[in-house]
Amino acid sequence: MSKPVDHVNIARKFIADEDHIQFHDKRLWSMRELRDKQAHGIPEWEDLRALASQIKEHTLSNLAGYLEEFERKAKANGVIVHWAADAAEHNRIVHEILSSRGVDLLVKSKSMLTEECDMRPYLEERGIEVVETDLGERIQQFDNEPPSHIVVPPIHKLARDVAEVFADHIGTDRNNADPHYLAESMRQATRPKFIRAGAGMTGCNFAVAETGTVTVCTNEGNCDLSANVPPLHIASIGIEKLIPRMSDLGVFIRLLSRSALGSPITQYTSHFSRPREGSELHYILVDNGRSKRLAMEDFWYSLKCIRCGACMNTCPVYRRSGGLSYGGVYAGPIGAIINPTFDLKKYSALPFASTLNGSCSNVCPVKINIHEQIYKWRQIVAEAGYLSFSKKMSMRFAGKLLGDPKRYRKWMGGAPQLLAKLPRAFLYNPMNAWGKQREMPEAPKQSFHEWYAENRKKENK
Amino acid sequence: MQVALFVPCFIDAYYPEVAVATLELLERLGCTVVYPENQTCCGQPLGNSGCEDDARACETLFVNNFADFDYVVSPSGSCVHHVRDHLTAVPQDARTQKVRSNTYELVEFLYDVLKVREFPWAEFPHKVGLHNSCGTLRRLGHAQPSELNLPFFSKPLELLQGVRGISFATPARPDECCGFGGTFSVGEEPVSARMGQDKVRDHCNAGAEYIVSADMSCLMHQKGCSDRLGLPLKFLHIAQVLNGVKE
Ligand code: SF4
Repeated sequence: MSKPVDHVNIARKFIADEDHIQFHDKRLWSMRELRDKQAHGIPEWEDLRALASQIKEHTLSNLAGYLEEFERKAKANGVIVHWAADAAEHNRIVHEILSSRGVDLLVKSKSMLTEECDMRPYLEERGIEVVETDLGERIQQFDNEPPSHIVVPPIHKLARDVAEVFADHIGTDRNNADPHYLAESMRQATRPKFIRAGAGMTGCNFAVAETGTVTVCTNEGNCDLSANVPPLHIASIGIEKLIPRMSDLGVFIRLLSRSALGSPITQYTSHFSRPREGSELHYILVDNGRSKRLAMEDFWYSLKCIRCGACMNTCPVYRRSGGLSYGGVYAGPIGAIINPTFDLKKYSALPFASTLNGSCSNVCPVKINIHEQIYKWRQIVAEAGYLSFSKKMSMRFAGKLLGDPKRYRKWMGGAPQLLAKLPRAFLYNPMNAWGKQREMPEAPKQSFHEWYAENRKKENK
Repeated sequence: MQVALFVPCFIDAYYPEVAVATLELLERLGCTVVYPENQTCCGQPLGNSGCEDDARACETLFVNNFADFDYVVSPSGSCVHHVRDHLTAVPQDARTQKVRSNTYELVEFLYDVLKVREFPWAEFPHKVGLHNSCGTLRRLGHAQPSELNLPFFSKPLELLQGVRGISFATPARPDECCGFGGTFSVGEEPVSARMGQDKVRDHCNAGAEYIVSADMSCLMHQKGCSDRLGLPLKFLHIAQVLNGVKE
């Protein structure tokens, strides 16, 4: 267990930088607008979401069977299948595959799962160079930061920030922040790595049980290079990625990129079912807390997630606090409901980094009730005793007061005191926080309660 | 028709005129309005903080105050959302169920139960930015949220269109949360304030003179931001406009 993430103060710093926050908010909002345009262009959009949700719920309810079917089909296709109970086992398996074949350079496409497993440092400590070939992920790797967005890992950076990072790492011109120049420079720097790498690694968007196929959706072509150039391909697969049949795939492909970036489909939709001639294909099926989550009555729906990032794009809090403020692999609304399953204390602030506005649930292509889960997580955090002492005390006090009308009215007293008193019942010293950037409401002459006693009770008598 | 009025704690304390407007409006429309005097709060700040144990006494009191009425009406979307969807700290017996299903937010009560569309006594010759709070929009179904690909409707807009002289200004991001969020407004002050500032600027740029909403708590926050920024915006609860407030 580690120190709780201080979302408020990281967000405060993020907001203080006007250029960055404006760009971040606008860029993400434009992704939400593009998503709306796509979603509203498909008459059956809401039916598609419902169908995707049902397929996922069905699969998760019968997961063991589908996993076994997937393994059987994959093995029959000549794939070598591994099972990893947790991150440590996943990393051990990858290392063993690589070291036993003398691989010292691994090229990989983007995978949230390998981030979750913290695989890069594990392999690097053991002498294996890992090269992220997704442009955004490579930027984050150089800058030694986790991804701040599931789909666009360096979304919090301006082009001039990227120019700095590339200047430090691949020797580009520090003063040239032209995106084409930067992307082309990275392409030139990465190409030789593909040629020299002894193995390539990909994640998995969908694992089709019926055929043993792994489907990966990307936009840069780097996944296909990673998988097809080196003689060894390892695909890391979270066990929740299963779908039953190939015919289900279309439902998700139609939803994924439209929800994520507002484009009808990703540039590449790559399907891997069997090793190429003369090469090896390995699947690693990873649990890492997923079975535990599946058993949680209020939270198992979070496993339906297809990692599109739409909930982050629409989230007004995420847009103004930045992905790094969530302090974990997953940021935004989905991070607020997944991260606490890994470490409740560390992520105890995340369920409170939300206004419960519910926009996330409305854009989610698999209809996860995200904001309802955030609400429930607050109860779990409170029950575990992770609220601050002052919050605990003020809630206890407010609870007693609001449950006892006589005491409440006596405590409220007359109008002049009203202003200060009511919020104090809910939060210790709240005026400081309220008043920093906001005016207080003006004090009324009397409360409604008093007005009613004066103006209406007499009439009624 | 007999109606019990629930006045949320912060409206009672800060915005008595909103409660008075609600009371008068309901009476104009022929309701007999009862105000149970032992009421305090719906328990939302406690429930939203995850503190179900602390919310129990308050929610029990709410049920006891209102269980005998067929209609409980309140001028606060987020409180009604709490009662309807989150009044879970108390046993879910028949009385609780009754209160949860009989509690209405003012706009939906006017629109769906009383089915009024015209407010002939009201005239409001101003440009209004309508703020649909997240609770009313996405939980109570006041209007079609922009995320969904479903036909447009808006109950508060239709009601306001029954007011003479009124016109509307539409912000660039009509459904964006304003950042109040209850205790979020102080617990997450930096983000909350920034959201509020962005919201009022958006309304201002669209040319609104007034921001009108069914949720006074959002307006309290937005007004706080707007006044600090020195924007010329004014704020009214929808009950005040429908009741014919003169400005
Ligand atoms: S929770 Fe839903 S919207 Fe968010 S990333 Fe997952 S699938 Fe996408």
